[in-house]
Amino acid sequence: MLYVACIFAPFLGASIAGLLGLFGKISDRGAQIVTCGLMVLSAILAIPIFIEVALNGHPRVIEFFTWFDAGTFEASWGLKFDTLSAVMVLTVTLVSSAIHIYSIGYMAHDPHKQRFMAYLSLFTFFMLTLVTAPNFMQLFFGWEGVGLVSYLLIGFWFDRESANAASIKAFLVNRVGDFGFALGIMGVFLLFGSVEFSTVFAAAPDKVGMGLEFLDVNFDALTIVCILLFVGAMGKSAQFLLHTWLPDAMEGPTPVSALIHAATMVTAGVFMVARLSPMFEYAPDALMVVAVVGGTTAIFAATIGIVQNDIKRVIAYSTCSQLGYMFFALGVSAYPAAVFHLMTHAWFKALLFLGAGSVIHAVSEQQDMRHMGGLYKKIPVTYAMIWIGSLALAGVGIPGLFGFAGFYSKDVMLEAAWGAHTGVGQYAFWMGIAAAALTAFYSWRLIFLTFHGKPRMDEETKAHIHESPKVMTVPLMFLAIGAIFAGVIGYAMFVGEDMHAFWGDSILILPANNSIEAAHHSPLWVVLLPLIMGILGIALAFYLYMTRPDLPARIAARFRPVYLFLLNKWYFDELYDFLFVRPANALGRGLWKSGDGAVIDGVGPDGIAAASVAIARRASKLQSGYVYHYAFAMLIGVVALITWYLYARAA
Amino acid sequence: MDSLTMMPALPEIFLAVAGMALLMFGVFQGDKSRHWMTWAVVACLVIAGAAVPQLADGRSLAFGGLFITDPFAVFMKELVLIGAVLALIMATGFNEREKIARFEFPILVLYATVGMLLMISANDLIALYVGIELQSLCLYVLAAFRRDTGRSSEAGLKYFVLGALSSGMLLYGASLIYGFAGTTRFDGLAEVLAGNDISLGLIVGIVFLIAGLAFKVSAVPFHMWTPDVYEGAPTPVTAFFASAPKMAAMALFIRVMIEPLGEAATDWRQIIVFISIASMLLGAFAAIWQTNIKRLLAYSSIGHMGYALIGLAAGTEEGVRGILVYLAIYLPMVIGTFACVMCMRRQGRMVEGIEDLAGIARTNPGMALALAIFMFSMAGIPPLAGFFGKLYIFLPAIESGLYTLAVIGVLSSVVGAFYYLRIVKLMYFDEASEAFDRPMGRELSLILVVTGVFTLFFFVSPEPLVGNAAAAAAALFGG
Repeated sequence: MLYVACIFAPFLGASIAGLLGLFGKISDRGAQIVTCGLMVLSAILAIPIFIEVALNGHPRVIEFFTWFDAGTFEASWGLKFDTLSAVMVLTVTLVSSAIHIYSIGYMAHDPHKQRFMAYLSLFTFFMLTLVTAPNFMQLFFGWEGVGLVSYLLIGFWFDRESANAASIKAFLVNRVGDFGFALGIMGVFLLFGSVEFSTVFAAAPDKVGMGLEFLDVNFDALTIVCILLFVGAMGKSAQFLLHTWLPDAMEGPTPVSALIHAATMVTAGVFMVARLSPMFEYAPDALMVVAVVGGTTAIFAATIGIVQNDIKRVIAYSTCSQLGYMFFALGVSAYPAAVFHLMTHAWFKALLFLGAGSVIHAVSEQQDMRHMGGLYKKIPVTYAMIWIGSLALAGVGIPGLFGFAGFYSKDVMLEAAWGAHTGVGQYAFWMGIAAAALTAFYSWRLIFLTFHGKPRMDEETKAHIHESPKVMTVPLMFLAIGAIFAGVIGYAMFVGEDMHAFWGDSILILPANNSIEAAHHSPLWVVLLPLIMGILGIALAFYLYMTRPDLPARIAARFRPVYLFLLNKWYFDELYDFLFVRPANALGRGLWKSGDGAVIDGVGPDGIAAASVAIARRASKLQSGYVYHYAFAMLIGVVALITWYLYARAA
Repeated sequence: MDSLTMMPALPEIFLAVAGMALLMFGVFQGDKSRHWMTWAVVACLVIAGAAVPQLADGRSLAFGGLFITDPFAVFMKELVLIGAVLALIMATGFNEREKIARFEFPILVLYATVGMLLMISANDLIALYVGIELQSLCLYVLAAFRRDTGRSSEAGLKYFVLGALSSGMLLYGASLIYGFAGTTRFDGLAEVLAGNDISLGLIVGIVFLIAGLAFKVSAVPFHMWTPDVYEGAPTPVTAFFASAPKMAAMALFIRVMIEPLGEAATDWRQIIVFISIASMLLGAFAAIWQTNIKRLLAYSSIGHMGYALIGLAAGTEEGVRGILVYLAIYLPMVIGTFACVMCMRRQGRMVEGIEDLAGIARTNPGMALALAIFMFSMAGIPPLAGFFGKLYIFLPAIESGLYTLAVIGVLSSVVGAFYYLRIVKLMYFDEASEAFDRPMGRELSLILVVTGVFTLFFFVSPEPLVGNAAAAAAALFGG
C-alpha cells in the first residue's frame, strides 16, 4: 500500500489538477495545494521505502495484473523495488517536491497554473513508473510518457515560436533514440523470449557468444541488443550526437529545466544502463561504446559551456557534460559510482537551475549574463545558493575531511576510470580530468559575470531587482542541504565499504570488472588531480573575469575561429540541418509535388481524392428517402445473394 | 439436465413481470410517474444484470430447449443491459427538456431489452422470431416517440414497413429451413447439416435468414433504413438504437451462423464477406458528404458492423472473440459520442449540423476533448480503445487467410478516419461559433466521463475484457 501510494500520489495530483482545471472547477491555489501536497506526501512515503528496501535490504516486487498476454508475449503491470529503484524514487520525489513548491512562486504571474502543476506531477509520475518498472514494456511506457510530457512542458509557453520549435526538436531527437530503444526491446524478446527483467537477467550469461545473422554478417547478439538499448539512453540523456535538443529545451519555464535536466528525464538513460547491468556486463564491447561516448560528451559539452552567454544554457551544457561523466563510469562497470553521481547531481543541478531561475526572476526575465553583473548585494540568498551549487558541481573539498556532494561522486568516477586499467578507461579518465577544469572555469565564470563586476543592465531593470519570495528561496535552501551533505552521507553506502550490502542484487558487477574496488587503491596523484584541476579552473576564471576583465574579449578575438566553433556548439545544429533537415524537407516537398500531386491526384479523371468524393456523392444519392426504393434495394440484395450463392455452389 | 425448468430465464421473466407492474403503476398514477419510472426501470435492469451471471451455470437449457444460457449469452446480455441502462440515463434530461417525457418511454425500453435478451438466448427459430418481434415492435414505437414532428413519425413508419419486410423474409427463410430440415431447433439443425449434403431449398432458406438478420445489424444492402431512422428519431432513441439492439442482433447473428449453421460455414462465408466489405466501404464513403451528425453516425455504425462481421467471416473462435471485444469497445464509444451529440444545444434548441461543432474546443473544452477521444478511437488510432477493437478483428482474419478482407478493412478505415478527424479539426482549428448551452446536465457529464475514461485508458488493462470474451467465444465452439 505504502509503495503503491508513493508512486500514484503524483498521478492523482495531476489528474485532479488537470481534469478539474480543464473544466474550470478548481482554483489556481487549489491546484497548487493538491499537486504540491500529494507530491510532498509521495516524498515522505519514499523515505520509509528507502529505509526498508535499501538499508534493511528487503527488495520486493508488487504485481498488479497482466497487461498483455498475446501468445508467448506476456507483460504485466507492477512495481519493482530494489535498492536501485529506491534510490531513484527517493531522489526523484524529494527534488520534484522542491521544484513543485518553487513553481508556486516562479509561475505566480502565469495564467495557466493548473495546467503547469498538472504537467509537473504527471511528469514525475511517469518517471516513477519508469524507475520501478519490472519489465521492458513498463520501462518503455514510462520512457515514452516522460518524453511526451517533456514535450508539453518545453512547449508550455506555446505562444513563443522558439518554445514550439524547441519542443518539436526535443521530441524528434528523442524519437531517434526511442527507435533504437524499441528495436533493442524487440531484440531482447527475440533473444530471450521474454521482456521480464528477472527472466532476462537470469538468462543473460547463457547468451554470451550467441550470434545474430543480419545481412550475411554475424554479430554478437547481446552486444547488438545492448548497443540498441544504449542508443535509446543516448537520446534521453542527451549524449554526444543526440545532445542537440537539451540546450534548446531551456525554452521551457525554469522549474521545467530543473526537473527535466536535473533529477528526472535525462537521468533515465543512466538509470536504464545501471538497471540492465546484468546484460551489459556480458557485453564488454557495448560497455566500451558507452564509455567512449560518455567521455566524449563530458569534454565536448564542457568546451561549449565556457563560451555560452545565456545563464541557463551554461548550466544545460554542464548537465550534458556531467551526464557524460556518468556514462563513462557506467562504461567501466562502475555502476554504483554513476548512480551515486546521478543522485548528488540531482541535488546540486536542481539547485543551480532554480538559483538561475531566481536570478532571472530578479532581473525581469533577462537570461543573458552580459546584461547582468554586480547582483550579489541585491540578491544575497540566491548568490549564496549558486555558490553552494557551484562548489558541489566543481567537486571542491578537503580530502579526508569534508567535501561538497560532487567532490565524492566525481572523484570516485574518475578513479574508477583510472582503476579500470583499460584503453577506454584511460581515455575517459583524461577527458574527465580536462572537463573538470573546464567545469570549474565556466561555473565561476557564471558567478563572476552574474554577481560581480559592474552592473550592465538598463536602469529600469536595475530598479526592479529584488530577492525572490520565501516560497522560492526555501526550496533552494532545502536543495542546498542536499548539495552540501549528499556526498558525505552517501559515500560509504553507495561506493564505500558498505557497497555490497547496500546494492544487494540490484546491480551486477563481474569480479573481473570491479573498477570501484580498484578505485580505492588509486595512487595519490589520481585522487588529487581532479581537485587541483578544479582549483586551477576557478583561479583562471578569477583572473580572467575579475582581475583582467578585458582579457576574455581579446582572447576571443585572437582565437576567433576556435571561439566561433565553440560558441556555435561545434556547428552540430548546422550539420544536422544540412544532413537531415534539408534533405527531409526536399524529400517531403518532392513527394508532395510529384508523388501526391502527380500520382494520387492524377489517377482517374480527377484523381483518387476526387474519386472518393464522387463515390461518396453517389452513395448518398442512393439514399432517396422513399420507402419503396429501400424495400426494392433489400429485395434486389436478397436476389443477388441467392443467385451468387447458387452460382458459387454450382462452380 | 431438466430442460423444462425456467430457472435460466429468470432475469427475463423478472423483467417482463416488473414491466407489467410498472406499466400498471404508470397507468394509474398518470404522467406524474415519469419522474421515478426511469429510475425504477434502471433498477430492474441493474438487478437483471446482476442476476444474469449468477443464474448461468455453464450451458443450460430452459423451456424444453427453446432457451439457452451459456457464457456467450451472459457476455452479450451484459453488454445489452449496460447499453440500455446508459441510454435510459441519457434520455431522462433530454426528454424533459424536449417535453416528450412520458412514463411509457422507459417501459418500452425495458420490453425492447427483454426482446433482445430473448434473441441472445434463442435456441430455436421460433424463439428467435419471438425475440426479434418483441424487440422490434418496441423500437418502432420508440422511433416515432416524438409524435408531433413529421420526421420522427416518418422514421417510425419507415422502420416499421421495412422491418416488417425483413421479418417476412426471415420467416420465409425459417419456414424453408423447417421444410427442408424438418426441425426448428438449433441443435437439430446442426445435426441435419452435419450429415447430409445441403439441399437447395435449405440454402435459399439460409440466405433469407441472413438477409433478415443483416437488416437488424444494418449491414449493406439491408441498411437503407438506418440513416433516415437515426436522423428522424429523437437523439436518445438513436443512441439506444446504435447500442443495445446492435449488440443483440450481432449476438443472434453469431449464434445462428456458428451453432446451427456452423457446418455449412464454407457455404455462407462468401455472403458474409460480401456483406462485410460492402458495409465497410459504404460506411466509409457515404459518410463523407453528410452534414448532419446523426446521419454521419448512422453510416459510421454501418461501417462498424462491417468490421465486426469480418470476425464472423473468419468463423473461428478467435474471430468470435474479436467480435465480442469489438462490440464491447464499440458500445461505450458510441454511447459517449451520442452523449456529446445531446450536448449540442443552443439557446434551448438542439442543433445537429456538423458545422455547429466548429471551434467548440474554446467554448466547451471538456466536451470537445471527450468527442475528440471518441473520434480518434473510432478512427482506430492507438493507444485508444478503438484501435484494440480493430486489432482483435483483423488478426484472426489474417490467420484465417482472408487477406483481401483485411486489406479492404484497413483501407476503408483510412477513408473513415477522414471524416472522424474532420470533426476533430472542426472543433479544434476552426473559428469558434456560439457556445453550446451550459450546464450540459449531470447525467450527461457522468456518462461522458465514464465512457471517455474507458476509451482512453482501455489499453492499460485489456486483459479482463479480452479474457472474458475469449471464454464466451470458447463456450460457443465448445457446445
